[in-house]
Amino acid sequence: MHTETGNKAVVGGLIVVLLLAGVAVSAPLLAPGDPGRQNLVLNLIKPCWEYPFGTDELGRCIFSRVVYGTRVSLTIGVVVTAISGLIGVFTGLIAGYFGGLLDEILMRTVDVLLAFPGLVLALVLAGLLGPGLPNVILALALVGWMGYARVVRGAVMAVKVKEFVAGVRALGAGDWYILVRHILPNVLAPVIVMATLGIGHVILNAAALSFLGLGVQPPTPEWGAMLNGGRSYLRTAPHLTVFPGLAIMVTVLGFNFLGDGLRDVLDPRSQAKIPD
Amino acid sequence: MLAVAFGVSFVTFFLMYLAPGEPAEMIAITRYGAENLTAEQVAVIRLAEGLDQPVYLQFGRWLGHVLQGDLGVSLISGEPVLTEILARFPATLQLAVAAMAVSLLIALPAGVIAALKQHSAVDYFTMTGALLGVSMPNFWLGLLLMLLFAVNLGWFPVSGYGGWRNIVLPAITLGTGIAAVTARLTRSSMLEVLAQDYMLTARAKGLGEGRIIAGHALKNALIPVVTMVGLQFGHLLEGAVVVETVFAWPGVGKLLVDAIFARDYALLQGCVLIFAGCFVLVNLVVDLIYVWLDPRIRYEKGG
Amino acid sequence: MSLLQIRNLCTTFYTPGGLVRAVDGVSLDLVMGKTTGLIGETGCGKSVLGHSILRLLPANARIEGSIRFKGEELLCLPETKLRRLRGREMAFIPQSPATSLNPVLTIGRQLVETIRLHKRVSRQKAREAAAALLELLDLPAPEKRLAEYPHQLSGGMRQRVLAAMGVVGNPSLLIADEPTKGLDAIVRRQMAAVLRRLTAKTGAALLLITHDLRVVAGLCDDVAVMYAGEIIESGPARVVLTDPRHPYTRGLLGSLPAHGLKPIPGVSPSLIDLPAGCRFFHRCPDASPACGEVWPSLVKQPDRQVRCLLFAQGRESGKGVYGRDLQAAVV
Repeated sequence: MHTETGNKAVVGGLIVVLLLAGVAVSAPLLAPGDPGRQNLVLNLIKPCWEYPFGTDELGRCIFSRVVYGTRVSLTIGVVVTAISGLIGVFTGLIAGYFGGLLDEILMRTVDVLLAFPGLVLALVLAGLLGPGLPNVILALALVGWMGYARVVRGAVMAVKVKEFVAGVRALGAGDWYILVRHILPNVLAPVIVMATLGIGHVILNAAALSFLGLGVQPPTPEWGAMLNGGRSYLRTAPHLTVFPGLAIMVTVLGFNFLGDGLRDVLDPRSQAKIPD
Repeated sequence: MLAVAFGVSFVTFFLMYLAPGEPAEMIAITRYGAENLTAEQVAVIRLAEGLDQPVYLQFGRWLGHVLQGDLGVSLISGEPVLTEILARFPATLQLAVAAMAVSLLIALPAGVIAALKQHSAVDYFTMTGALLGVSMPNFWLGLLLMLLFAVNLGWFPVSGYGGWRNIVLPAITLGTGIAAVTARLTRSSMLEVLAQDYMLTARAKGLGEGRIIAGHALKNALIPVVTMVGLQFGHLLEGAVVVETVFAWPGVGKLLVDAIFARDYALLQGCVLIFAGCFVLVNLVVDLIYVWLDPRIRYEKGG
Repeated sequence: MSLLQIRNLCTTFYTPGGLVRAVDGVSLDLVMGKTTGLIGETGCGKSVLGHSILRLLPANARIEGSIRFKGEELLCLPETKLRRLRGREMAFIPQSPATSLNPVLTIGRQLVETIRLHKRVSRQKAREAAAALLELLDLPAPEKRLAEYPHQLSGGMRQRVLAAMGVVGNPSLLIADEPTKGLDAIVRRQMAAVLRRLTAKTGAALLLITHDLRVVAGLCDDVAVMYAGEIIESGPARVVLTDPRHPYTRGLLGSLPAHGLKPIPGVSPSLIDLPAGCRFFHRCPDASPACGEVWPSLVKQPDRQVRCLLFAQGRESGKGVYGRDLQAAVV
């Protein structure tokens, strides 16, 4: 793709992501009401001026819940990606740099874990550990680090044979110094792209866990959990289903745009080929 | 390959130790309920299931059973786990195949056309659609489709298993998310192939556009797509868990979720093992197709 | 009678960086039975010229001017009609044999397809014809080669397969784009022999695009030298190669090993931002201040055409010591 389109995607994605971050931070200001306050008299009402997204089966304001849900989803997305990114990058670095038996063991582990469909493993982990935010984060982080490890390992193996590494080593630099100061910066670009796309992916999976009832539990305003709650009222009150899902999609779309754009910008391929 | 299979069973077995509490106690709770649980009941289970033995012995025994096709007995139904899974397996397979068909039917033409008409309205439309597709949670899409086509229009049943009408909505739900990824890959792969020198050769020969695309470009462009489709089978299984739950589709995914809620550990282990086994198997098949498609690899391996 | 008449051809590419004027006002005539060499550095537009003749250009390219083949204007021809000419009347042997054959199809499949495209014969007959053709081009064990994939062949073998693919339709015009690029000396000589035999046998006109002066000297009747999108000198190969006039042609000959391997200093100008005067001005050892301002036109001389102010308005002084030196060196 074009670097220009890449730039546009980055700007567009960044705007969405920053807006969402703004919503998350200023949720108490934006939300018209308390996301937990029930009002059984005013339950399942359709979107109107007072309740822009309507109310749910317990009469809670869906707009407020969606706004507060931003906090939960972004927290999970960022924290899980940070943890799995750190584990993955560290594993990839040492596997790629030191090679040998260590590399063999680590990469076999990655192979084995990648043999499980990620969400299935996360589901089982979350189910066994029990529901709740910390366990959801743990489960998703444990199944999400392998991709980073593979990519970083590949990049390290390509970088470590370059002359400048030998040069730095000849100057007496230690392994860790070389790894952190010289190799890490060179493999960072793909990691940044992966992590950006990863946040979107994690948010999607976290919502799926909550939707299945194995993630963040009600009454916490989480989008997936809200969808699960709204399912039973699909016939009578579809707005319970529409708005939380829309929130998930917009959020994930923002991160996907940003990640795609970053990939295009960080890895520009020449587009017009002129024969010579 | 064998090492991965061993690793997979190892992980599956030790997953259960992540649950808080002693396994024998957990099983006892599942069987008798937490309220009227006695220490004797737990002790009996511990002895009967061999849970008093060292862990590596337990693993060895379990692995031995698994290799003989014995995945244990469901704690809830008392049926052998393998029987339960096999009973549900055809439904998941049907859904997976239908969803894959839906995704390929959408993705391959869309990706190829988008590449041929790069920067056109068709291209932007397809790629925007693809980006929406990967960003949309499939459980939400499932609910929306259900709302529109089942609840409002009444064209298809809301949920359940049976005739061909039942599979339409789940297959579309599961297929579109995967189609998005495949379409993007098909497009970029096709674009790369179109820029290759051999495309110029084909045009210089005087071949028509259709024959160039079908005879020369497609086979090259499909090589990475085939690999990707294999990897996506994993996503398909993930998606199946969610979609089967949404549409009450009686497959292995639904079974897994039910097993988690029922804390039926034997069934849980069995489902996980089956999922991983399918995934590994499909990737093996994909490797074979890949070798068949790409003669460069075929001859490297053949020597 | 000229088979192909190119008049004032301009091929421009629209790129994010700006308009690239890859071919800028080129006129050239190709004659039946004659071989014309088109030489120049990488990026001078010589391959683009070759592609322009068959209109094998990406969508971001625009061709202007006139290309007449047997009197027919190619630039106005609809794509379907043009396609019928490709491979049959005008064939193209692409450069880089490593990537110009489809990696996932066998040699046989690619050759048979080409043959059947131009002749109504059975698959079996086409396969036999393909084997015979490969044999004609000195490819050992042709039957075995047909069953193989491109990556199993050496560079020289692939180049010969491409040459075979080019001539199956008995074209009257053959365009060979760097047919000797990346081949070692022995294979290069074989390839030259193959091309000579093919043109002798079919009587086709051959446009040989190359940067290899030795191939031009060995094969060509005429030669045209391109620089930054323009032809700067053209004429009979013997004349131009032994008595080069344009400072650039002299520089090219001077960079040959036999002449002391003196490379021309500097790089050719960007085809996006072309200088106002002579395009060779910045690298020219004989440049005068006027050369930086006045764009030289192609001047007809009795034995050739030259695009240089030194030879405009009857100024012959530029020939000087330089030319005589080189003449001695070549002969």
